[in-house]
Amino acid sequence: MAGSNDLKLLGMWASPFVLRVKLALSLKGLSYEYVEEDLRTKSELLLKSNPVHKKVPVLIHNGKPVCESSVILQYIDEAFAGTGPSLLPVDPYERAMARFWAAYIDDKMMAAWNQASKAKTEEEKAEAMKQSFATVETLEGALRDCGKGKPFFGGEDVGYVDVVLGGLLGWIRANDELQGVKPFDPERTPLLAAWAERFWSLEAVEPQMPDVSKLVEFGKMLQARQAAAGEGN
Amino acid sequence: MADGKEGDLKLLGMHVSPFAHRVSMALGVKGVRYEYIEEDLFHKSELLLSSNPVHKKVPVLIHDGRPICESLAIVEYVDEVWSGDGRPAILPADPYERAIARFWASYIDDKFFPAWLGIMRATTEEARGEKVKETQDAVQNLEKAFSEIAGGKGFFGGDTVGYLDLALGCFLPWFGAMRMMFGLEVIEAATAPLLAGWAERFGETAVAKEVLPEPEKAVAYAKKLQAYRASLNK
Repeated sequence: MAGSNDLKLLGMWASPFVLRVKLALSLKGLSYEYVEEDLRTKSELLLKSNPVHKKVPVLIHNGKPVCESSVILQYIDEAFAGTGPSLLPVDPYERAMARFWAAYIDDKMMAAWNQASKAKTEEEKAEAMKQSFATVETLEGALRDCGKGKPFFGGEDVGYVDVVLGGLLGWIRANDELQGVKPFDPERTPLLAAWAERFWSLEAVEPQMPDVSKLVEFGKMLQARQAAAGEGN
Repeated sequence: MADGKEGDLKLLGMHVSPFAHRVSMALGVKGVRYEYIEEDLFHKSELLLSSNPVHKKVPVLIHDGRPICESLAIVEYVDEVWSGDGRPAILPADPYERAIARFWASYIDDKFFPAWLGIMRATTEEARGEKVKETQDAVQNLEKAFSEIAGGKGFFGGDTVGYLDLALGCFLPWFGAMRMMFGLEVIEAATAPLLAGWAERFGETAVAKEVLPEPEKAVAYAKKLQAYRASLNK
């Protein structure tokens, strides 16, 4: 390993965005100090390291902070290019595709899921679920057409898009119980369902994944908090 | 593609789309020739719909028949394909500086753009006021970013334009349009002096002069959009 590589990750155990970074660090075989943040009382270090968003994850490398999960992932890939496998492909066209789908996951798929969780009426919920499912179907198409029968979005091995989507798997499984929705239904999106199982069971991935029952508990607590806040109006 | 030859290069754009301008300017920085195709976004072409089936939006760069979508992904692609050979780099070389550039490009797209777009789309004074405040806060953050990143030089990219200059500079025609339509200055010299200086400087660069339209064109398009939305509400 070249030089001093003091790596610190400011995170929160339930955050899917933090999980992305943990997965990337694990896949690259990089060691780091993990700092669990209490997001209700943010540390001085977090506020100083991410003054713009005040959010986790923040990766601090030799004292310099990097923020935003997709930016951190690309940073890890570039700063530690010689260590472990590459997250992004070598070919510029394939890199552009990877960036496209990563952006899709964050801008469209997650936005649709957030809408669904905010829906108040049955009608709103049904419409939001339909939108949500459409984005998942699009992703299934991506895995089918770009993946071309390979096990991962990255091809034979895990790549950037796998990590970006993989970070969400804990909540995807938790939402199955919280909302009775199987986002990666083996009947409707078989490739994604198979990909999810395959990704979760990877040696570098499995130990990093959160306890789904704890996420469910946390989810229920958040729902109760939301409902209580709503009732105050 | 590693040899950087131009091959068959088409850019699907729209004359006042700031996102398409990012790509035109990136290609301009690299000195790369391409065929520009103006899209009528009210009547999208088969080529656009088949090249960007997911979003059906411009810009799309089609290189040797393969489409690349999403303006920032396209700019990175252009930077990677046409690298070396004495061509200027768009992103910095250092990984940490690249991370900073990507962070602020994300901020521009996720926070700044929706805020100022919201000013134009607001239907009530209250809503507009909210978006004006959001925009002003974002400009303050970008002002600070400029002072940290430019390091006393003229552009985010240093002595020459780079990734963030293109990511932000593409909006200048629309800032001009907002000045004309609302009397609103998005980048006020009094509160954001560094950005104001940068905006003027950027507007004078060869790529900006070649690519960016006059604000009047953006105003005309905004009026067309307003009329279209009004017709939908009838």
